[in-house]
Amino acid sequence: MNGINSGFGAWNPLVWTALFLGIVAVALAIRALGRKDYKKKTGQTKVYLSGNEEPEPEDLHVRGDALYWGMVEALSGYYRRARALHTGILSDYFAWIIVTLGIVFVLLAVGR
Amino acid sequence: MGNFPFVVAMLLVILGLYTLLFKRNLIKLVIGASLIETGVNLFLVALGYRTAGIAPIYTYAPPALADRMVLPTPQALTLTSIVIGLATTALLLSFAVVIHRHYGTLDVREVKELKG
Amino acid sequence: MNALSVHAPVLLVATPLLAAFVVPLVAKLGSTVRNAVVGVFTLLTASLAGLVAANVLAGSGAPSVYVFGANPLNLTLPSGMHVPIRILFEVDGMSAFMILITALVAVAATLYSFSYFKEHSGGEMYYPLLFLLLAAIFGMEETGDLFNFFVFLEIAGIAACGLIGFRPWRGRSQEAAFKTMALYTLSGLFVLIALGLLYGQHGGLNIAYLSSRVGAGMLDLVALGLLVVALGTKAGVAPMHMWALDAYGEAPAPISAVLVASSQASLYGLFRVLFTLFGAAVSVAALGWFLIALSVLTLFVGVTMALLQKDIKRLIAYGAVSQIGYMLLGVGVGFTTSGSRPAYGFVAMQGGIFHMVNDAACIGLLFLAAGAVHRASGTRDLNRMGGLGHDMKWTAALFAIGALALAGVPPFNGFSSKLLIYESSFAASPILAAIAILSSILLLAVFMKVFQAAFLGPRLLENVREASRGMLVSMLMLAVVVVVFGLFPGFFVDKLVTPAAKALWLGRDAYVRAVLGG
Repeated sequence: MNGINSGFGAWNPLVWTALFLGIVAVALAIRALGRKDYKKKTGQTKVYLSGNEEPEPEDLHVRGDALYWGMVEALSGYYRRARALHTGILSDYFAWIIVTLGIVFVLLAVGR
Repeated sequence: MGNFPFVVAMLLVILGLYTLLFKRNLIKLVIGASLIETGVNLFLVALGYRTAGIAPIYTYAPPALADRMVLPTPQALTLTSIVIGLATTALLLSFAVVIHRHYGTLDVREVKELKG
Repeated sequence: MNALSVHAPVLLVATPLLAAFVVPLVAKLGSTVRNAVVGVFTLLTASLAGLVAANVLAGSGAPSVYVFGANPLNLTLPSGMHVPIRILFEVDGMSAFMILITALVAVAATLYSFSYFKEHSGGEMYYPLLFLLLAAIFGMEETGDLFNFFVFLEIAGIAACGLIGFRPWRGRSQEAAFKTMALYTLSGLFVLIALGLLYGQHGGLNIAYLSSRVGAGMLDLVALGLLVVALGTKAGVAPMHMWALDAYGEAPAPISAVLVASSQASLYGLFRVLFTLFGAAVSVAALGWFLIALSVLTLFVGVTMALLQKDIKRLIAYGAVSQIGYMLLGVGVGFTTSGSRPAYGFVAMQGGIFHMVNDAACIGLLFLAAGAVHRASGTRDLNRMGGLGHDMKWTAALFAIGALALAGVPPFNGFSSKLLIYESSFAASPILAAIAILSSILLLAVFMKVFQAAFLGPRLLENVREASRGMLVSMLMLAVVVVVFGLFPGFFVDKLVTPAAKALWLGRDAYVRAVLGG
C-alpha cells in the first residue's frame, strides 16, 4: 500500500527513510568516537597545519557563475549555439511555432 | 465560387502569419494577429452559410424555409471570438504602449532584454 | 447538501468568477476586509474542488456529466436529438486530478499573496485577475465541449498576461507580458481554426460526440496537428517554450506558481485531444515519437540552459520547463504504445501524470521561496547573493526540500514519479531513460548552484530578514505535500493517479458513452 510497484522494481520510501536514518546514526556514532580532548583556541583548531594564513570567509564564497564554470566551459560549443537560439526576439518565437507546425503536418501526412 | 470565402480566409491567415514573422514593429505584429483573427472569423461564418440562406430565427419562419437557414452555431462562435479578439488586441496594444515608454522603441529586435 | 454536491462542477467555475467581480467592490472597504473576502472565496473554491474530485473518485473516476439547463442534469440527448446540443461539463478521473492540483496551488498562492502584496497598492486589481485565471483553469479542466475549452483557454490567457504585466513600472514584465500574450493569441487562433475544421466536418463541438465521429481524414488530421502545436505552445514544450521562461521569470512569485498550473491545464488539454478526442482513430506512431522527441528536447534544453542563468527566477523557470518534458515523456510513451497497450505503457502514463502534481508542488514551492529571497535581499542576481541562510533559515530549509524533490532525490515526491518514468521509458527505449536520468542529475547540479550561491557562505548582504509568517506558512503547506507524497506514494498512486491514468488510457469509450449513451 505504501510503496509503488513499477512492474520492474519496487520503491518503498519508508524502508528507505529508515535505512537512511540508520546510516546517519552510524555516521554520528563514528563521529562520536573522535577525540574530544583537543585544546581549543590554540593552533590545533587552525585549518592549515602548514601555517598558511586563513583567508577571510567573504573571499572564499563561490559565486553563482563560478560554481559550474568548468562544465560550461567544457560544453561551450553547445552553450554558444543554445544561447544563440534563445534570442528573445518575438519573431523567432513565432518562427519556432510555424516550423513545429510544419513538421507535425509532414509527420501526419507521411504517417497516415 | 462556393469556396471563395475559404480562399479569402486562408489568404488573410497567411498574410497575418507573414506579418507576425517578418514585420519588425510591435504594433504591426498586433495588426498581424488581428488579421489572422479576421481570417478565422470569416472562416467560421463561411462554414455556417447556406446559399441564399436566411437568418436562423425560428419565430414566424415558414416551415418551407427551415432548411435554408444558415447555421447558428458558427455565428455564436464568431461573436464570442470577436469579443475575445477585442480583449486580446486591447491588452497587446496597452502592453506595447508601456513597452514604448520603458524601452523607447517598438522594434521587435530591440525589445529583447529577456534572452539566453 | 445533495444539491450542492450535484451542482458542484458548475459552482467550481462560478465561485471564483463571482469572486472576481465581488472583490473590487469590497476592496473599497479596506485591505483587511478585502483579504478576508478573498480568503473565504479561495477556501470555498478549494472545498468545491475537493467535493467535485471526491464525487468523481468515489465512482473510481468514471465520467460524470453536468448539462447546463437540462432537467435532469445528466440528460445529454433530449428526445429526438442525436447530437448533444447543450453545453456540458464532463468530469472524469483525469479532470478530478487536475482540479485538485489547481486547488492546491490556488490556496498556496493566495495565502502567499496576502503577505507578498502587503505594501503594494493595486490589490483590488490583482485578486480579481487571479480569480478569473482560476475560474478559467477550472473551466478548461472540467468542460466537455471544445468551444467552451477555447473560451476558457482565452480567458486564462488574458488573465494570466494581465498578471504577468501586473507591475508596469518594470519594463521587463511588460516585455514578458507582450510576448506571452502574442503567443497565446496565435495558439488560441490555431485552436479556433481546428474547431472550425472539426465543426465543418462533423457538425458538433462536443468532445464526446466528435470523438465518436473523427477519423483519419485529411482535415481531421490538420485539426489534430493544429491542436497539438497550439496546446504544446501553451504548455511550454520546446522549441515553443521561450514565452514560458519570460512569463514565469517576470511574473510576481505567486503568479509564477499559478502559471505552472495553467500550463499544466493546457497540457491536460493536449492529453485530452490525443487520448479522448482522437485516440484510436489516429494511431499515428510518427506523431507519438515526435512528441517523445519534443519531450526529450524540452528536458535537455531546460536543464542545460538553467545552469547558465544568473537570475534566480529565470533559472527556476527553466527548471519548470524541463519538468513539462518529464510529463510529456511519460504520457508520450503511453500514447506511442497505446495501440499495443503493453503494461509499461500504463506505468509510463502513471509516472507522467503523477509527476504533474509533484511538479506543481515543488516548482510552486521553489517559485514562492525565490520570491521570498527576492523580497528579502532586494536582488534576483545570484552573483550578488550569499549567506542568506544565516538569516532565512526557514526559507533555506523549504527551498532545499523543493530543490531536492525537483531533482528527484529520494525520499521526496519527485523521485517516485521519475522512477516510474525512468523504468517505463527504459522499456520503450533505453536512450530515453538515459537522457531522463542525466537531466535529473543536471537538475540537481543546477539547484546545488542556486542553494550554494544564495543561502550558503558568509553574509554578503545587510539587513536581510526572514520571510513573513504568511509566506512561510504557504511554502510550508506545499513542502508538506512534497514530503507526504514522497513518503506515501503508493497511497496517492492508487487513489488519485491510477483513476486519472485509466481515464486517459482506457476511458475513451466510457467518456463517449457518458454523453451519447448506448
